[in-house]
Amino acid sequence: MTRDAIEFFRDRYGITPEDVDRLLGVALARGGEFADLYFEHTISGSVQLEEQIVKSATRSVRQGVGVRVVAGEKTGFAYTDRIEVASIERAARTASSVAHSVSSAEAIRVTPAGPGLDLYPVDDAATDAAVVEKVAMLHEADAAARAVDRRIREVQAIVADEFKVVMIATSEGVLAGDVQPLARFGVNCIADDDGNRQVGRAGGGGRRGLEFFEGDESPGAFGAEAARQAIAQIEAVEAPSGTMEVVLGSGWPGILLHEAVGHGLEADFNRKGTSVFSGLVGSRVASDLCTVVDDGTIPGRRGSLNVDDEGHVTTSTVLIEKGILRGYINDRLNAGLLGVERTGNGRRESYQCIPYPRMTNTFMLAGEEDPGEIVRGVKRGLFAVQFGGGQVDITNGKFVFSASEAYLIEDGKITAPVRGATLIGNGPDVLTKVTAVGSDLALDRGIGTCSKNGQGIPVGVGLPTIRISEMTVGGTKG
Amino acid sequence: MRIDTQLASGLVDRCMKRGASAAEVVAREETEFSVQVRLGEIETLTEADSSALGLRVLVDGRQASVSTSDYADATLESLVNEALALARATSVDPSSDLPEAASMASEIPDLDLYDPAIAALSPDACIDMALRAEVAARDVDPRITNFDRGGFGTVVGRTVLANSHGFAGAYDSTRISLSAIPVATDGDQMQRDYWYDTRRSLADLETPESIGQTAARRTLRRLGARKVATCEVTVVLEPLIARDLLGTIFSACSGDSVYRKATLFADRRGERVASPALTVVDDGRVARGLGSRPFDSEGLATRRTDVIRDGVLENFLLNTYTGRKLGMPSTGNASRGIVGAASVGAGNLYIGPGVQSHDEIVRSVKRGFLVTELIGFGVNVVNGDYSRGAAGMWIENGEIAYPVEEVTIAGNLKQMLEGIEAVGSDLEFRGKLAAPTIRIASMTVSGR
Repeated sequence: MTRDAIEFFRDRYGITPEDVDRLLGVALARGGEFADLYFEHTISGSVQLEEQIVKSATRSVRQGVGVRVVAGEKTGFAYTDRIEVASIERAARTASSVAHSVSSAEAIRVTPAGPGLDLYPVDDAATDAAVVEKVAMLHEADAAARAVDRRIREVQAIVADEFKVVMIATSEGVLAGDVQPLARFGVNCIADDDGNRQVGRAGGGGRRGLEFFEGDESPGAFGAEAARQAIAQIEAVEAPSGTMEVVLGSGWPGILLHEAVGHGLEADFNRKGTSVFSGLVGSRVASDLCTVVDDGTIPGRRGSLNVDDEGHVTTSTVLIEKGILRGYINDRLNAGLLGVERTGNGRRESYQCIPYPRMTNTFMLAGEEDPGEIVRGVKRGLFAVQFGGGQVDITNGKFVFSASEAYLIEDGKITAPVRGATLIGNGPDVLTKVTAVGSDLALDRGIGTCSKNGQGIPVGVGLPTIRISEMTVGGTKG
Repeated sequence: MRIDTQLASGLVDRCMKRGASAAEVVAREETEFSVQVRLGEIETLTEADSSALGLRVLVDGRQASVSTSDYADATLESLVNEALALARATSVDPSSDLPEAASMASEIPDLDLYDPAIAALSPDACIDMALRAEVAARDVDPRITNFDRGGFGTVVGRTVLANSHGFAGAYDSTRISLSAIPVATDGDQMQRDYWYDTRRSLADLETPESIGQTAARRTLRRLGARKVATCEVTVVLEPLIARDLLGTIFSACSGDSVYRKATLFADRRGERVASPALTVVDDGRVARGLGSRPFDSEGLATRRTDVIRDGVLENFLLNTYTGRKLGMPSTGNASRGIVGAASVGAGNLYIGPGVQSHDEIVRSVKRGFLVTELIGFGVNVVNGDYSRGAAGMWIENGEIAYPVEEVTIAGNLKQMLEGIEAVGSDLEFRGKLAAPTIRIASMTVSGR
């Protein structure tokens, strides 16, 4: 991967390893102990269908270089959308302005990284596929959704893809590169039952080409799933309100982990002492049934990376082991300041952004219980299987996530579907209330995007079926 | 600056020569400066220029759009060919054509969107303002022990639009913002909140001291927060939170949702959709407004539109496409990024102020919940379901009793809007959308 990326930037823009060495030297000329250059070239495209016609197609190219200089806890950053030595040199001078004569270091000459991970080999990138092929996928989804029920009135479908080539050079001598494909298919349906309008959504994707969208992950399967959810909501009753037992289904409900503990375990917040998890390494933050990992090395997944956006090899990090907090996810800056090992979680949205510690694929390991038994053990509660987005206040630990498909559990049986409702909890103690973990770990379908400091990046989540003894459900029925 | 109307019009002409039936070019250029400070030191300092151009072409009713930040002649040539090839692969959609030639904006008013004082600010002056806000916050109370990333930022930008009706326009704008995000500690409880301001001109910006002090007070008042028992109560939304509700009202009135019938307001134009206390206005031409533009993203004149007047839904907000779908003219609300067709965007959108002050509204509540923070995305404008995480202050007999957290507020938008009992006089713009304090008769608060 590294070799391909180095060749790409050399052939297309004439940037050589010698140029990179010189530019890193400029970046550190006024002081600072670390500098890096992040080169990016991204082609992205989308084709959208609505009202049964393909209304638009887009294609865009983003290219540029971000230059960062680090001096202690200070970061200077500048970027340019022109990949040429003179422009990058100006950016390097600008970025160096924060570093006036603090500690300083000499840039070590860069050496190309050897072959590392190869999690998403690219044969046929989705960005290169013929538009007619994408158009056919969109029509397949539309037809499948409408075939579910004649009350499906509107179907929107999109196929979106990205092909990103990056090269990262650091003053510590690293020269790494990666070629990162990404594809996503999404369907949004509206059902209309005599004015009772309801929405259903489905989709999936990963760091794959269009060959990914087959079988359970075919456009037709996503179309039918979105339609099924919209139709199911027509009969939904008011969601309950108050504190109750909650069972989360496998897969996408793993967004619980992302919000409740994931963000709170990002090292920048913990170094600054602004996270509710600050200083809790070694403490119990979950029941002993819970082991939570962040793993950027799962082949083909949306949240996976061969190297992070600081050129460090991605890893799998145990965040919580049998209920005990083991560590944080970090980037170079925070690992250095905290004096811990890097975990390869330094990520950024684009060359215009500073990297921060970010999640990759965050999930709970499977337990031993039968998922059906977990539900049967609940007298009165909520069974939530699909969620929209979530959010967290990392300082007081309060987090929410919104169920878009959920059912009542009455006497151990799944009964009526309920309207959308937000669930709210407290990060450091919600997992201490996990009383059962199923054997059915599933990762989500690959459509998640995480937002932090204004930067959106692709991530994954996963969960086996779990039971939480109490959570607050924000419905309207008392 | 690398972009101007000549570059944009030249690219439009090139598209027409290569066989497009219509073309539109939008270009944006920005110089960004931002500094984040924490505990008296710079944490990050960013400075950069960026530029990008988007091209939308139509070929016999089929459209596609492409973008680039590389303006070399060869790149532009292949961009045009790529756009035309892509367009030929899409479907015929007559509504996607450019606006009528006769409707293009004929003059470009000066809305005072550019402040040379912002462009001239020195980095040291910016850093100084960010540090002053932090110091002011810390000086309020010793329980302010820490800070999240607060800071200062400016953007100096230019927008250029040209199309094959011969329209070509450009305007420059500036934006300045300052925020403080203190953390307060008491025992083992830690709370964070913020305050900020954002303006087009330096002289309009709230002082760093005022921003820091307000941020500190907002944070301190959250200490000692607890959960309340599940109940139905009167809910008061403070201005920042009422503005969030206004954002939802915008989604429900936007042509994008209306023509898809993806809003509870579809088919309800001319009907009462809210209490008579609610009036919502969009005005794209307020001097120095963050939502002001001399022309919209299709080159139509921006204007003032009454959206809801005394509870009656008067108008949807439309661009050319959604207007055609609904058989109505555009309201000059086309909004677009660099790539893709225009969607609908607000100008300066606000809830018309009432007569009661914020304190009078709080005092009028016997038992209720003053919401000061909402988290999560539990709003469905298709069916009106509303369920959000909330924090704020409990109200007993018209007085603030104690802070509340880890609860949700839930209801249905239809009942919430009908249940608006009072609208405050405290309307203040701090961005494109603005709302005063609002009192809603009843919502479900879920807690213990």
